[in-house]
Formats: sequence, structure tokens, C-alpha cells
Amino acid sequence: MEVLLALMIGILYATGIYMMLRRSLVKLIIGIILLGNGANLLIFFLGRITKGAPPIIPGDAKVFSEAFADPVPQALILTAIVISFGLQSFAIVLVKRAHTVVRTDDLDEMNATDEDS
Amino acid sequence: MTQQIILYPLYLQIAISVILMFAWFKISFQKVFSVIGSFISVGLAGWLFYEVWVNGTLTVQAGNWEAPFGITFVADTLAVTLVLLTAIAGLAVSIFSAGSVLRDRLRFGYFPIFHFLLLGLNGAFLTGDIFNLYVWFEIIIISSFVLITIGGEKAQLEGAVKYFTLNILASMIFLTAIAVLYGLTGSLNMADLAGKVAAIENRGLVEITGILFLIGFGIKAGVFPLYFWLPASYHTPPFAVSAIFGGLLTKVGVYALLRVFTLIFSGDAFLNKILIIIAILTLISGGIGALVQNNMRKVFSYLIICHIGYMIAGLGMLTEIAIAGAIFYLIHDIVVKTNLFMLSGVVYRIKGTNSMRQLGDIYAKWPKISLLLFIPLFSLVGIPPLSGFWPKINLIKAGFAQGSYITVAAIIFASFITLVIIAKLWAEVFWKKGEELPFRKHFGYFDKMTTFKRWQFVFPVALLSIVSLYIGFGAEHIQELSARIAAELMNTEGYINTVLNTAK
Repeated sequence: MEVLLALMIGILYATGIYMMLRRSLVKLIIGIILLGNGANLLIFFLGRITKGAPPIIPGDAKVFSEAFADPVPQALILTAIVISFGLQSFAIVLVKRAHTVVRTDDLDEMNATDEDS
Repeated sequence: MTQQIILYPLYLQIAISVILMFAWFKISFQKVFSVIGSFISVGLAGWLFYEVWVNGTLTVQAGNWEAPFGITFVADTLAVTLVLLTAIAGLAVSIFSAGSVLRDRLRFGYFPIFHFLLLGLNGAFLTGDIFNLYVWFEIIIISSFVLITIGGEKAQLEGAVKYFTLNILASMIFLTAIAVLYGLTGSLNMADLAGKVAAIENRGLVEITGILFLIGFGIKAGVFPLYFWLPASYHTPPFAVSAIFGGLLTKVGVYALLRVFTLIFSGDAFLNKILIIIAILTLISGGIGALVQNNMRKVFSYLIICHIGYMIAGLGMLTEIAIAGAIFYLIHDIVVKTNLFMLSGVVYRIKGTNSMRQLGDIYAKWPKISLLLFIPLFSLVGIPPLSGFWPKINLIKAGFAQGSYITVAAIIFASFITLVIIAKLWAEVFWKKGEELPFRKHFGYFDKMTTFKRWQFVFPVALLSIVSLYIGFGAEHIQELSARIAAELMNTEGYINTVLNTAK
């Protein structure tokens, strides 16, 4: 399971960065989304994966006696997912506006900001 | 409950934003309310600063969860100084926005978003939890995305695409770094992390985590070689937006670097060496970049990059005197850079362009305003006794003490090149006989404005110039403040004990 997840995270990061390096605006957004998912899975993974051990304490005990799943990474991921959802929706609208105004999907042609004025 | 005053600046900003949102189309109300709110926020920040100056570091635990488990807010001297500077710069830019930003742009929620940006900045300075810092960073960048695209001109959208991509990439790298750090230590509280990271035996892994943080914050701070988004985007939005971005957004990156590399990864020889190299290259490349630019705002954008190098150099040397120099420079830089972009806004309204080739004879027509604009420009260069001069003494002294002569040479080179650039800018913009520019029919020229409107342009520039003059002439006070901050940053026990409540 760990090896699979590690491979999965690696692939998500690699494809995400590869897509961000392409010139197309749409592929840029896909790259951002993949990278975000990779980061979320990484938090989950590094918070140690524990199967079938919810962090609920028995009524008669004061401390945990066995290994339990850490709830903090899940809270972090939830926050990160909400934030990246907001940013991705903004990105899609921005790219649509940019495409309507500049009339191109190619990042290399977006060089009005580098012109000497 | 004096501890609660840490949160007052945050409460105030969020209250202002929410109230402004309910008055979405009432532009005049929004202007007045935003300026009044900014005045109150300066008062609150001043109060917080005074409390911390007298009583030492304050902390508040959100929801009363004890320190390493809940989210902690920490107001140490560095944080409250930056909150105070944010409030002052926010006040100036709020007044400047009321005068300079077009009504069509204000109708799309400019002021509420502006106050959300200030909220994010205050939160980032005050939090003591690394994941919470990430959340505040996201609040800052989402607000800045809206501010940079408001209006939707072609250049703006192109600049925004670049700004957006690199900033979101920086956030992802920051998040990755947090994930690795959590995997290593199982904690998110920065004071708690300090002890736990120091105890890790696998130093290679710690250094890699440090590098991830360095890249994430470095993109935001605009250090070499990660700065290319900055000059591509900072000259596109309205002048008021450039001012708040130029003054504060890159400085949040610097603040995060200062905090993380003094508290969590302190004293790692490898990371310090990298910081020094980056600082030297930033100083040189930023300076040379500014030399060849022709648009005033692009010149200032490159100068932001160049001067970030001073602060990174101070951090890299990591002695008390070097950190004091970096902090002093940070204080000076926030005020001056905000002022410079507002200054270019004033020049734009006088002549209708920002191109240095076409500008000219402003001194002949507007001698008093030129004299006012002289103050921020030459404070930036640091001609004694103006404010940019004093922090460099600390930095150069620290450089000699460590025997790192290349750093000293880079610092002197960057000051010299700044002098050349500002002298050139002064000659081109203020002294030269300018071109006869075509008259623009629907453009609000400065000489056609009412006196009230003109004051909305001149007052914020004058306000920040006075602050700059105070930093220059009252350098003793600022030096005392920087030395205290540097002592707090270098001796982290005080911070850790206050947060974790272990002293008692």
C-alpha cells in the first residue's frame, strides 16, 4: 500500500510539473490540479497510514494503548482541498477571460508585459 | 484578557471587509469607510505594539487548546512591528486608492478585497503555526489575484497569468514542505518544531525540507533565480495595487524566511551558505535588471528584487548584528517601496505616461511636488541621513566581522547601482526637457483635478515620506527596535518558552 501510494504521488507531481511546463493555458490548469492532488496525498501519506484504527478512546481508558490513525493530516487535507478548489475555479475563469481578451492559448504569445514602453 | 488584543487587528480587518461587501455599489461610502477603518487599524496596531514593547511577547491559544496541539497566535516584537507597518502602508494606500482608482474598478469590490488582503497580511505576521501560515498565505494570494485582475485590461490579464502560476506553484511547494516537516516531526506549532527539528538525526532530510521552504518562500519574496514573475506583473495593475504589492507582498515572503530560518532551521551551515549565494546573485541581477528598464514601475520592480538581497544577506550571515541590519532594512523598505509606486502614480497623472524617455520637466512645472518626491527616491538610495543608509552599516559591519568580503562587495555594488538608477531617473523624469505628449481627452490630468482630489494623491505620499524621514533622522530608535528584534530572533528560548508556557 505504501509503495503504491508513494508511486502515485510521484506520478502526480511529475505529470503536474510536466503539464505546467507546456505552453497551453488549459494544460497549465490541469498541471495545477494534478500538483494540488499530489500535495494532498503527500500530507496523507506522511501522516502515517494506519488501517482500521480510528482515534477514538475507549470509555474506561485514559490514553491510547495501540497505534491509531492520526486525525490531523485529514484535517489539513480538508483545508487544503477547499483552498485549492477555490484557486482552481479562479484559475479557470482567469484563463477563460485571458483567452477572450488576448485571443490565444499559447503562453509564448503572451508577451505584452515584456514590451518596452 | 489583555492577550486578546493580538486578535483585534484581524477582527477589525474582517469586520471592515464584511461591512464593505454589504455596501457593494455605494462607492463613496466605501471610500470613506475604508479610510476611517484604516485610521482605526493604525491605532489598534500602535496599541498592540506598545503592549508588546512594554510587556514582552504575548500569545493567545485559539479555542484554549494548549500550545503544541491548537493554533497559537504569537505577537513578538517582529510581528507587531510588521503589523504596525502594514497598518501605516494600508492607510496610505487606502487614501491613495480612494483618489486614484477608477470608479469602474471600484464597483467590482476593490475595497473589500483590499481589506481582505490586509487581513491576510496581519494574520501571516501574527500566527505561530506553520499550517495556519499557509492558510494566511492563501488568503493573501487569492485577494491579490482579484486585485491584480480587476479591470481586465490585456496587459493586466497577461501579467496575472504569470503572477498566478508562479504564486500557486510556490504555495504547492510550501504545502509539500509542510507535509514533509509534519512527517518528520508530527507537529505544526513553530515553537514546538524548533526543538523537534533540532533533535532529528538525519540532517540530510532536514536540509531538503529547508530547501523546499526556501524555494516556496523564495518565489514569493522574489529572490534570484525565482523572481521573473515579479517584473512581468507588478507594472500592470492600478498604481494603488502596485503600491501595496510592492510594499508588502514580497516582504511577507521575507518575513516567512526570517521566521523559519531563525526558529526552525537555525544554524544549519549548508542552508546559510545557500542563502548568502542567493543574496549576492539577487543584489547583482536585480540591480542590473533595473538599469536597462525604461518604464518607471518596471525600474522599481527590479529595485524591489535588488533590495530583497540585503535582507536575505542579513539572514544568511545569521549574526545578531546582521539580522538587526536585515530588520532595519525591512522596516525602511516597506515604507519606501509603497511610496515609490504611489509616486509613479502621481507622475503618471501629471504627464499621462510612465515611460522615462517621454517624461520630463516635472521639476519646472511642479517644484513643490518634485521636492516631496525627492524624499522617497533618495531615501531609497540611502544618502545619509536618509533612511536607506543606516541598515547598510549594520550589514557591512556584520560582513567584515565574518570576513565574507564578497557579500560586502555585493552590498556596496547594489547601493552604488541604486544611486546610478535613481540619479538617472531623477534627471530623466524631473530635470530633462520632456517630449510634447499628445493630449488624452478622457484622462484625469493632475492639473485639472480639484484641490481635494489632488490632496488624495499627495497626502499619502507625504505621510509615508514623513515616516521615511523619521526612520532616517530617528535612526537611533529604529536601531534599538531592530536590535531587540534581532536578539529575540537569535535567542529563540524566549519565544519557545512563551508559546509552550514552559517557563513557569
